[in-house]
Amino acid sequence: MKELLKVQNLRKTFKISAKQQKIERTKQRLKVAVDDLSFTAYEGEVFGLLGPNGAGKTTTLRIMSALVKPDKGDVLVDGASVVKNPEEVRGKIGFLTSELKLEEFFTPNYLFQFFSELHGVDKAVAETRKQNLFEKFGITKFAEVKVGDLSTGMKQKISLVISIVHDPDIIIFDEPTNGLDVLTAKVVTDFLLELKGQGKTIVVSTHIFSLIEKICDRVGVIIDGKMAVCDTLDNLTAEKPLEEKFFDIFAERAGGIDEK
Amino acid sequence: MKNSILTIMKKEFVRFFTDRRMVLTTVIMPGLMIYLLYSFMGSGLASQFETDEDYVSNVYAVDLPESVRAMEEGAPVEFTQVSAEDVDKSLDALENGEAGFDLLAVFPKDFDAQVAAYDVAAGGEAPAVKLYYNSTDSDSQSSYHVMTGLLDTYESALANKFDVNPGEDTYDLATEEDMSAQIFSMMVPMLMMVFLFSGCMAVAPESIAGEKERGTIATLLVTPMKRSHLAIGKIISLSAIAILSGLSSFLGTMLSLPKMMGDMEGVNANVYKMTDYILVLLVVLSTVLVIITLVSIISAFARNVKEATGWVTPVMIISMLLGVTSMVESLCMTDPVWFLIPLYNSAQSMNGIFSMDVNVVNIVVTVVSNVCYAGIGVFVLAKMFDSEKVMFSK
Repeated sequence: MKELLKVQNLRKTFKISAKQQKIERTKQRLKVAVDDLSFTAYEGEVFGLLGPNGAGKTTTLRIMSALVKPDKGDVLVDGASVVKNPEEVRGKIGFLTSELKLEEFFTPNYLFQFFSELHGVDKAVAETRKQNLFEKFGITKFAEVKVGDLSTGMKQKISLVISIVHDPDIIIFDEPTNGLDVLTAKVVTDFLLELKGQGKTIVVSTHIFSLIEKICDRVGVIIDGKMAVCDTLDNLTAEKPLEEKFFDIFAERAGGIDEK
Repeated sequence: MKNSILTIMKKEFVRFFTDRRMVLTTVIMPGLMIYLLYSFMGSGLASQFETDEDYVSNVYAVDLPESVRAMEEGAPVEFTQVSAEDVDKSLDALENGEAGFDLLAVFPKDFDAQVAAYDVAAGGEAPAVKLYYNSTDSDSQSSYHVMTGLLDTYESALANKFDVNPGEDTYDLATEEDMSAQIFSMMVPMLMMVFLFSGCMAVAPESIAGEKERGTIATLLVTPMKRSHLAIGKIISLSAIAILSGLSSFLGTMLSLPKMMGDMEGVNANVYKMTDYILVLLVVLSTVLVIITLVSIISAFARNVKEATGWVTPVMIISMLLGVTSMVESLCMTDPVWFLIPLYNSAQSMNGIFSMDVNVVNIVVTVVSNVCYAGIGVFVLAKMFDSEKVMFSK
């Protein structure tokens, strides 16, 4: 299988402000968010990143989407390096995270057209894609309503749709169902399965075990910025449910990488 | 992907022009408010100092001499003889603004005889006429001028050895153009610097720091667009909007400045040629580019709009001070090197154009250096957009 997304020895540190040092009662000036992290996502598979809050999942995804730069290491996205060719990488991926907000003054229609233009999508293609996606997510009747006047769930759906205006082969979603009601979460989960069916390569970070169990082929467990375990979902859940397995790993946490 | 610059510009324009409140407060209101404010100020000031041409001053006089009474005919003044005992009462009424007259003139007894007997060469104390008036009352103030004029004329007539500027000839050789140039070159550059900066401040912090604050700039940063294209798109579109705001203020100023000067004869904006306006426009365009770039860089550093506005304010004060240099002759340099100083060069170039003393070399230095500074600013802004420390600082 083709290695579509290759994370190589990634390391990322952040400076801790004096204020944060006081809050965390530490004298350390640097926080290691991601520490020598490596994994690979193959073409057509769904790779899940599982870990507690602050484990380094979001930082990893932000580096993968060329939004921030790594201190060390690299990520190759379909052969393009996030360090050397960040613009090429951004053109190849669709990235969704709660940090990315939409201008509330604009309508879904305008935003779809705007981001399509930025991704260089042909007008006619963008229009067809918009109609399909808006229909699928029930956005059509709100297409001319300002985003600021819509519900949180609808905003999340629009963000998701906007993130894939260019129909990317690699999709990186950070906590895609976080904060959503069960109905909207189901729509998002079903859509991820549909994308998987279309052969897209998906990396999804979450701490919702059921989502991982539903859609992922392989799972990487990140603890304190390190890859604790990286294996197929089948192998991880062979002996016990994923949730129990995760807590076992978390308890051990000192274990090395065991990638298969 | 040069289209991304156009896409960003289009988005900024759509954001601005479809928001009626923003258009009203940024483009329409500044010009309209300046026009109304200056016009009202001009009318107010004019009415303060001008009186009706047919107005006849009502002057109370103590010991009014015959020689002065004779002047009543042909002068806009009407005398009423009062006794010396009424002086205190009349002064109180004048002070309190309750007087039924405009001015109280107190002449020495036998004024005419004393004047006739007075020998200038002897150097003794001359007969003194006391004119009491209330300067806060425009009629009283005007009557004072009428009376002093009347008495000065009488005094001159007593010993008329020579005249200055006799007859109806025109002795002030200043042309209409000179007068307009003097007024406009003194006021407009300073006002323009304030208006242009205000226009930039109204749009740039909201577009850069505002997007950062709302998290929408991160959404742009995950697209394949180059950071430099984002910076250029923002700078050009914001400059265009700021220029509209500046032009609105400029129009308001040019149309109302003659009114503010009390409809001073000869002062109007028609004295300038089309080439003057084109040169002003070039200077304004390059100035706005510099200001927008500066404000955008500061806004990119700021975490939110409030912080950006706070940081930009001292820069605006500096810009205003540089604008004031056009009003101080000793600070108006002509060496082209001085025109490399941003903002100072703009104020001085506008001063030169409005005073009809155009120095093409200095204007070229101003425009070219400003465009270069804006280019450097765009480069810095693009670097900032690429810096996670700047863009994602909390």
